[in-house]
Amino acid sequence: MIKIKQKSDLNESEVTPEAIYHKRREFLKYGSMLSSALILNTVSSRLQASVDVTGYKQGVITLDEELTPFKDSTRYNNFYEFGTDKSDPARNAKDFDTSNWSIEVSGACEKKGEFMLEDILQGMDIEERIYRLRCVEAWSMVIPWLGVPLGKVLQTFKPTSSAKYVAFETLHDPTRMPGQQRAVLDWPYVEGLRIDEAMHPLTLLAVGMYGKTMPNQNGAPVRLVIPWKYGFKSIKSIVRIKFTDREPPTTWNLSSPREYGFYSNVNPEVDHPRWSQARERRIGEFFKRETLMFNGYAEEVASLYSGMDLKKFY
Amino acid sequence: MLKHPLAKPLFFIFCLLPLLWIVANAVFGDLGANPVETVTHQTGDWALRLLLLTLLLTPLKNWTGNPQWIRFRRMAGLFVYFYAFCHFSIWYLADHGLDVLSMLNDIKDRPYITLGFTAFVLLTPLALTSNRWMMKKLGKHWKSLHRLVYLILVLVIAHYLWLVKADYREPIVYALIGGLLLLLRLPVIRQNLLYKQGVS
Ligand code: HEM
Repeated sequence: MIKIKQKSDLNESEVTPEAIYHKRREFLKYGSMLSSALILNTVSSRLQASVDVTGYKQGVITLDEELTPFKDSTRYNNFYEFGTDKSDPARNAKDFDTSNWSIEVSGACEKKGEFMLEDILQGMDIEERIYRLRCVEAWSMVIPWLGVPLGKVLQTFKPTSSAKYVAFETLHDPTRMPGQQRAVLDWPYVEGLRIDEAMHPLTLLAVGMYGKTMPNQNGAPVRLVIPWKYGFKSIKSIVRIKFTDREPPTTWNLSSPREYGFYSNVNPEVDHPRWSQARERRIGEFFKRETLMFNGYAEEVASLYSGMDLKKFY
Repeated sequence: MLKHPLAKPLFFIFCLLPLLWIVANAVFGDLGANPVETVTHQTGDWALRLLLLTLLLTPLKNWTGNPQWIRFRRMAGLFVYFYAFCHFSIWYLADHGLDVLSMLNDIKDRPYITLGFTAFVLLTPLALTSNRWMMKKLGKHWKSLHRLVYLILVLVIAHYLWLVKADYREPIVYALIGGLLLLLRLPVIRQNLLYKQGVS
């Protein structure tokens, strides 16, 4: 299902809405002539360009499914830090300042400390990956992310042998994230992965989408994308990474343990207690379609869970 | 004012506005990224709001001593049924592709759907017996039958509370209003209100 294609044999116009397609051509045309900072300005002056995504490798992992329109994937967001309604983040995150973003790395690793995001990404190739995104609420999208494999980044911190899990934390700052002024969830938002899940080549540390810097409402400036898990595992606006030897707590699991497990792999056979996970509504479609095991990434990730009872470890 | 010949037609248009709003937005492609969800939520919200309005009319009558409020009760109640029917239909069509078995399974497996569906089923006889002819025919039974509306209100509020993931603000507001409207039916409180108004 996932094809790793060369840039040359990817027929982009098939999967990319016209406008973005043309914008991308502009990127390529001007890319060699102008400084990257200048290009970002021409694309969108409103973006706070703390991460430079220009010159990314296109179509490294792609998918023959229609992209969700940019206007939908940026106006229909679950990002409770900016409000619980799906239209809230687009409105409330408009002025969220992500410049000078740093991430604190701690726990079972050799290279601990506070690192600027630019320094973490220094010298790494930003790739485009088109992934399905399946929300636990039974809707889905197809999004062209930009980022680097998380494993590559984690390796640079030299995890030790007791690093069995990786814990992540979102920024906690109720003045900048107004949704945190109410205790709908136990702030800060925390998430975690088993180390092999974190190191899996599909797991992405994303800094952009649709050829642009990450929009604020989608988790700027840096978030995870784990395409075979429900969307809430893909934690946004990350400020802390910690290697641990124990399964870390995760926010939705704390909120409702029976409904949201640590693994939360997309699985049409294991229903959420309150609704079915067998089918999903692809944004832009009227009827529901069948949900695929591991969101269609079974070939790549099923082996991570061989021998595990997925009904028990949901 | 309540007796004005235009009062009822105006109230009819008022009850129709949410539908017009939904249709207008659908025409202009403005129902958001997930139109099915938007329509499900809008119709559910309006069914509940109009249900609360329906149940407000009798206390209003008692308060003001003006029996005219009751003139609007049947129309409000029928609009509750209308929006509940739209709410049910969009779900049955878009979520289940009109597949009866798939729908029944959902009703059986999901408590919040079980509650909503029960409320919808119970609303049906009320809608069917809301006309004058049935009122006469049922006589004193009509009143007992229509007391089902209190149960329906409780079911719908439970339906809403049960489907929320983390943010309970809205359903709690509805629950408080609903609870207040039920309290006003308690004989002690009702007698007191009537007494103060000098109606009884
Ligand atoms: C056939 C019966 C019913 C079914 C299958 C049904 C189904 C649903 C579904 C699927 C949702 C959306 C859940 C979500 O997005 O997570 C919902 C929400 C809701 N329903 Fe129902 N429902 C039924 C009856 C009713 C009735 C009779 C009322 C009111 C009189 C009602 C009021 C509501 C309300 C207020 C909401 C919340 C809307 C919001 O979140 O803004 N439902 N219902």
